[in-house]
Amino acid sequence: MASSADIRIEPDDAAHQEDTTRDELLPLYRKMLSIRRMEEAAAKAYAQGGKIGGFLHLIIGQEAICTGAISAIGKEDYVVATYREHGHAYVKGMSARSIMAELYGKKTGASKGLGGSMHLFDEPNNFLGGHGIVGGHVPIGVGAAFKAKYNDEKRVCLIFFGEGSTTIGGFAEGLALAALWKLPVVFICENNQYSMGTPLYRTLAVEDVSMRAIAHGMARDRFDGDDVIKVKRRIQMAVDRARETWEPTLVEVRTYRFRGHSMSDPGLYRTRDEVNEWKRRDPLAIALKRLKDLGVSDDEVNIIKKDVKEEIADAVRFAEESPAADEYKSYVTKEGKA
Amino acid sequence: MPVISYRDALNQALVEEMERDENVFLMGEEVGHYQGAYKISQGLLKRFSERRVVDTPIAEMGFAGVGVGAAMVGLRPVIEFMTFNFSLVAIDQIINNAAKMYQMSAGQYHVPIVFRGPSGPAVQVAAQHSQAFESFYANVPGLKVVLPSSPKDAKGLLISSIRDDNPVVFMESETLYNNTGEVPSDQGPIPIGVADIKRPGKDITLIAWSKMVDVATEAADALKEQGIEAEIVDPRTLRPLDIDTIAKSVAKTGRAVIVEVGWPNGGFGAEIAYQLQKECMDHLDSPILRVTSEDVPMPYAANLEKDVIPSPQKVIHAVKKALYLE
Repeated sequence: MASSADIRIEPDDAAHQEDTTRDELLPLYRKMLSIRRMEEAAAKAYAQGGKIGGFLHLIIGQEAICTGAISAIGKEDYVVATYREHGHAYVKGMSARSIMAELYGKKTGASKGLGGSMHLFDEPNNFLGGHGIVGGHVPIGVGAAFKAKYNDEKRVCLIFFGEGSTTIGGFAEGLALAALWKLPVVFICENNQYSMGTPLYRTLAVEDVSMRAIAHGMARDRFDGDDVIKVKRRIQMAVDRARETWEPTLVEVRTYRFRGHSMSDPGLYRTRDEVNEWKRRDPLAIALKRLKDLGVSDDEVNIIKKDVKEEIADAVRFAEESPAADEYKSYVTKEGKA
Repeated sequence: MPVISYRDALNQALVEEMERDENVFLMGEEVGHYQGAYKISQGLLKRFSERRVVDTPIAEMGFAGVGVGAAMVGLRPVIEFMTFNFSLVAIDQIINNAAKMYQMSAGQYHVPIVFRGPSGPAVQVAAQHSQAFESFYANVPGLKVVLPSSPKDAKGLLISSIRDDNPVVFMESETLYNNTGEVPSDQGPIPIGVADIKRPGKDITLIAWSKMVDVATEAADALKEQGIEAEIVDPRTLRPLDIDTIAKSVAKTGRAVIVEVGWPNGGFGAEIAYQLQKECMDHLDSPILRVTSEDVPMPYAANLEKDVIPSPQKVIHAVKKALYLE
């Protein structure tokens, strides 16, 4: 049993910048740009009416977290995410085509039009979903880690959730079981400071989410999520801990979503000044500046931008032209074994 | 043929399936060192170690969800609820996650998991510990709902449930655990979705499952002495429901009484009655009747509890009404 004094926390030095190279940062920048352009295209299709329906939760502004964190693990590792998961699915390996077609509710989508924006899954890449019930997905990720330990596999599971999840039972119980059983999980709280429209200070008595780890004797970390390299390095430490010692970690990454909670939310609970202040810390702009500092030329960046534009235009075209979803009875129960 | 208890039949099924398949494990409160709150898992810890017989803290939502996640990536968990009353705090995992994953992922992930434990009234444990939830779970596509009434069914159906690739809600009964019956030593799986005629008869069909088969049997014994031969059909699984076997019996007898221990409003018996009137309208000689618990939270006092739960007398009364003898 650990005492609270033993609980390790990584130093939270906001001014410290992790070193990187152009070869490391360029692909990360590209992934973040793809996510942003993909979501902008989705928002446009949503606004056009009828092309994308239901709920559409955009991660714009938070791209560095899923990109940095998932770049710290391998294909064999597991990821479980919330309903704001287009970016996570993409970085884990799902194609923009597959995502966009699912958003359009088409037969060619990742879930053949049965899941939609909130329920992307990619079994070959070990992306365990897109989940719509806040906090309910946390124990699922703990279960994937349980299996890794059960079979003595050196796999880890990243579980993403918002700070709004940290008040519900699924989070509390998932955290407690992972700590008790020493399961290879990294709990990643994307603290975007708003639980839908309610600010952090009105939902949490203690705003430092990482402190929840203390009661469980769990390692913790807490830092700002606008530099993708920083996210990758810090998550890597937690991933290594999980892989080498089975120890879980609770990581709180502070961030901000530039858009509303979903497409139907105009975000009236935040001032324009506040949003603009955070936009000055845009993870794409920060990555771009770092690339320039590393000597990457405008031409190189423009090539990436052009590639991404084509990738997303192709995904939209694919979604537009794909056949409509056409079955809803094939996947209710799985028969044929036993 | 060996005569064993319902409890030992469940234990045998768990042992055999865990021996057969390394991916099967048991998880729940008190299942290991305590040997099970109702001793269903007696001896399992010694045989399979803590790796596969996993004691949990009191966190049903947590460990039910751990089971769902583990099932998605290749294991075959058996999650024990100390009673199904406690499944209510895990119902998000059962309904929102286990039942829907296969559909939401278009077949990429399936969830081979068994949620099992006692359900229905026990004895004088009052409102929060005496309730029947099969109607809730049977309402949900993606789940299978199994309620064995005999030791043989308990073993055969638990084997099938563990081997099934879907989430199975497997409801036992505290009041059945000590019942004994013949179970062949080589008892294998009994298919899910196949009803069983527990007693042949020609005058009326009694449809009952789980503990209510005992109640219906007692009623049928008494009715026999009065010259009335009741046929008892046990659906054994409510989802999928073998309506064909039930309808065939009702078409033969022309009358039906459905006996269920749950509440009347929206109870599963209402669904069976609906399907029967659709299937057997031309064969029915009287309205289909239901015997259910009273529409109240379960009282504690023994005499009141007895009044609330279906009894052989209530079944006999309903049968006579259906036969226009009362």
